[in-house]
Amino acid sequence: MSFKKSLFVAGAAMSSWPLLALAQNQVNMSPGVTEIGAEIYDLHMLILIICVIIGLLVFGVMFYSIIYHRKSRGVVPAQFHESTKVEIAWTAVPFLILVGMAVPATSTLLEVYDNDEAELDILITGYQWKWRYEYLDDSGAPVAFFSNLSTSQEAIYNTEDKGQNYLLEVDEPLVIPVDTKVRFLITANDVIHSWWVPEMAVKRDAIPGFINEAWSKVSEEGIYRGQCTELCGAYHGFMPVVVHAVSQEEFDSWMAAKRAEKATELASASVEMSLDALMSEGEAIYNTQCVACHGAAGEGGVGKAIAGSAVALGDINTHLDVSIKGVAGTAMQAFGGQLSDTEMAAVITYQRNAFGNNTGDVVQPADVASYKKG
Amino acid sequence: MLRLTNNPGTDTALKLAAVACVMFAFVFVVMVPLYDVMCDVLGINGKTSGSAYTAVPAQVDTSRQVTVQFIATNNDGMPWVFRPEVRQLTVHPGEAVDMLFHATNPTGAAMVAQAIPSVTPSRAAAYFHKTECFCFDQQPLEGRSAAEMPLQFVVDQALPSDIRTITLSYTLFDVTDMTGDKIAAR
Amino acid sequence: MGAHHHGPARGITRWLFTTNHKDIGTMYLWFSFAMFILGGAFAMIIRAELFQPGMQLVEPGFFNQMTTLHGLVMVFGAIMPSFVGLANWLIPMMIGAPDMALPRMNNWSFWILPPGFLMLASTLFMEGGAPAFGWTFYAPLSTTYAAPSVTFFIFAIHVLGMSSIMGSINIIATVMNMRAPGMSYMKLPLFVWTWLITAFLLVAVMPVLAGAVTMMLMDIHFGTSFFSAAGGGDPVLFQHIFWFFGHPEVYIIILPAFGVVSQIIPAFSRKPLFGYASMVYATASIAFLSFIVWAHHMYTVGMPVAGELYFMYATMLIAVPTGVKVFNWISTMWRGALSFETPMLFSIGFLVLFTIGGFTGLMLSIAPADFQYHDTYFVVAHFHYVMVAGAVFSMTAAVYFWLPKWTGRMYNETMGKLHFWVSFVGFNITFFPQHFVGLAGMPRRVPDYALQFADFNMMSSIGAFVYGASQILFLYNVIATIVAGEKVSDEKVWDGAEGLEWTVPTPAPYHTFEVPPKVDTAAAHG
Repeated sequence: MSFKKSLFVAGAAMSSWPLLALAQNQVNMSPGVTEIGAEIYDLHMLILIICVIIGLLVFGVMFYSIIYHRKSRGVVPAQFHESTKVEIAWTAVPFLILVGMAVPATSTLLEVYDNDEAELDILITGYQWKWRYEYLDDSGAPVAFFSNLSTSQEAIYNTEDKGQNYLLEVDEPLVIPVDTKVRFLITANDVIHSWWVPEMAVKRDAIPGFINEAWSKVSEEGIYRGQCTELCGAYHGFMPVVVHAVSQEEFDSWMAAKRAEKATELASASVEMSLDALMSEGEAIYNTQCVACHGAAGEGGVGKAIAGSAVALGDINTHLDVSIKGVAGTAMQAFGGQLSDTEMAAVITYQRNAFGNNTGDVVQPADVASYKKG
Repeated sequence: MLRLTNNPGTDTALKLAAVACVMFAFVFVVMVPLYDVMCDVLGINGKTSGSAYTAVPAQVDTSRQVTVQFIATNNDGMPWVFRPEVRQLTVHPGEAVDMLFHATNPTGAAMVAQAIPSVTPSRAAAYFHKTECFCFDQQPLEGRSAAEMPLQFVVDQALPSDIRTITLSYTLFDVTDMTGDKIAAR
Repeated sequence: MGAHHHGPARGITRWLFTTNHKDIGTMYLWFSFAMFILGGAFAMIIRAELFQPGMQLVEPGFFNQMTTLHGLVMVFGAIMPSFVGLANWLIPMMIGAPDMALPRMNNWSFWILPPGFLMLASTLFMEGGAPAFGWTFYAPLSTTYAAPSVTFFIFAIHVLGMSSIMGSINIIATVMNMRAPGMSYMKLPLFVWTWLITAFLLVAVMPVLAGAVTMMLMDIHFGTSFFSAAGGGDPVLFQHIFWFFGHPEVYIIILPAFGVVSQIIPAFSRKPLFGYASMVYATASIAFLSFIVWAHHMYTVGMPVAGELYFMYATMLIAVPTGVKVFNWISTMWRGALSFETPMLFSIGFLVLFTIGGFTGLMLSIAPADFQYHDTYFVVAHFHYVMVAGAVFSMTAAVYFWLPKWTGRMYNETMGKLHFWVSFVGFNITFFPQHFVGLAGMPRRVPDYALQFADFNMMSSIGAFVYGASQILFLYNVIATIVAGEKVSDEKVWDGAEGLEWTVPTPAPYHTFEVPPKVDTAAAHG
């Protein structure tokens, strides 16, 4: 954006503040769409109001003093400097107010920690920098997928307009049924993350090696957006959470579709794919999984350059090795468990044929599978 | 009061320096072990005891059922395939239950893994006893081979009655590079 | 030191080898101001990037380096050393001592600071960049996943910790052993009291921080697993150790500020401080409570509910002694004869804004509500209200208040007032809207944000530039005062000021109280 345009935007924003501040910008916590969320909101408002009242009293006294007890008015200063009665009063009264606040706070907290049976269990795993969701159930092949930021690099780097849900949109959202108690089991793969959806009033740290739990019962259908709230490295600001709360029927049909999709995927692993098909799927995967570190033109960044790199131009097995197992001690993760064999084959094929890396190599899903077997 | 030197300023300084040294040592010799004890008692992070529980012969409470869920995850860069035999079991408190986890090392090299258990709700951790567990030791596995890893556990009869589901999670870490003396440091 | 009265040595050696508390105080103050500017420059980069949604100026990784260094430099480089500098200048003069108890150690504790910060700043130019894991450096982001420069960061923390511990030991030794005859503990000026308690906190918790970074060092280089689950450790243990240091650290920053305003408000109210004894007890209870509330920074790690409740109740209790302090200051002003010179303006600014920060602190202590506040901009707003409007405003007030005594010259009052108003307005434009975006759902430490946060962020950035620019006024005013300020020679520069430091000549000579003063047993504390 040019300097002039920036100035214009700044000016426009400033001139519209008084209106905007009231009309569009959210200034308070959202009561959300869960009972707990509403309770927390009430608790927040109660304490805020108590603080505001105490604040008005305290500042009122102070400003009275500032206005009426000025030297310039010729007042003679009093010399009192203690009063046991007053001092006891302003120790005891705040204490009682605090006890009054502690009561609703305790009851809300106990509800947050309720361990009652949940109807659906979802395992949430934080990765640098995406979330993985797995629906825990008895079936042998549970539905599981990664949820990546879907905002384009162009929008982030201002060469493209930013959509309404800029930075709060993902390729595959978490889907949950409404009016159902859902338990979230939260952990992490690498560093500590924190899973937060403000409107569901759920925020819980995802800690590698350990498991945390939280629950939610959403009462309204809708799309709820949140973000990672624990600094987890360079792209901490770019791993949103999106939850679709849908009716039970919709949820069931979504679940059935996911299962079918999974079955097809397993079947397709043995199918030979064309270079074009691999390239187009590979590009899509590259733009969600690789682009943040390796750059839109494979020029590198946090990660090494892919354009003209020894790995992408060299031995296919090395390329598979790096992609599947990651590189220890760097931000390069082991993608072997994150991408299906088909996706892995596609993205490797893409990296070997895009950005001027015209090797002509085609890597098939079966190649990935056989590499994994050794 | 104890006098270390004739100069009162130096005297105070030496005592305070001693306090500082004690506080430094406090972190290592008190805070770390104390945290481990607190974890055991309170179930912080759902940590369970790191050693085998000696089963106290007790009656099985057949009037009550508890669901135990199993989760197996791999930490960053761990290439093994690791999964529980079943997703969940319904057990009675007091009953000794056997369970298996499957692990496959698909790589060409021998590796060593360490499974870290974590139980949620954390309140249940103190009532979840493992009489036998693959997580007590590091698990070596040759390249391109598979193993079944056993677990035997008992859910304590004293488990608070509002807890009806216990989730046991194992995270598998690659500790090939930190075996031997290094791990003994902690 | 001989029996001769002599002035300072000449040239650079005066500063390198000085053991004079005033020289060392001066160096601390200038050093901390330089760090304030450096940390401020990092803040300007942060606010410039956050001026609009989208990435404009820096890359996300570099942004994290900026937030990390901003926090570290401001806490360990600007605020803490500035109060140590103030303590050096004032404590001997306030208790009637000729110098600090351990003058040579005093020299070392200052001179290891600049190399420490040089080491920290040099990480910016290393491969992989500076530390990018936040000033709280949670493991494993700061261990397994950190850039190689983390080792330099660890050593820098060790050096800064050493400096703080030595400085604190010196202050305690001075207050315990060097008081003039008749200066009993309950006659000490409140600034001395708050610093005495702060120094005890520092001696107790800086070693804990040193322990935490030593464990990191061992995890990174020597194969231990204090903070890694793989070897039987626990990343959450790091947070417990860090906040066991970190929460007292917060009070280390704010207690001397309490001391400063407790000197200034009575002076410009021309009335003794209300409730001196209760101020001392409140300070001591805040210090005590600071050791037992640390995990309120960690409500979302999944503590057992009993732990959450305990930490919530204990934290809420802090509101009681803090409230006592605020009520005491206001009662001091009540029916006084107030005038509003720059130090008083900054003190009143402190009082208003710190109280707001205290209220948000109370809100944050409520565990279930904290699930919504935690790690959002609401927290950022809260701690800037207590740290900037608390510590920095009171430090600024202190400089204006004692500058005439130090230099024998009066600062430009009009410019001082302008500095206050620009700072006050700039500060509030910067940080008040951050409460809103935080409540609306904006996480902290993000280099980019959703469109609904855009207006308030732009406002915040503009406020930050204004607040930043106002510091240039401050620097100019201070330098202009030293060089060409109007001369003052009254011992008591301010008619309402009380205390021994106002009984020595103005400007304060190089050596003061070589013969201990007689403290009037009837006189109230300054």
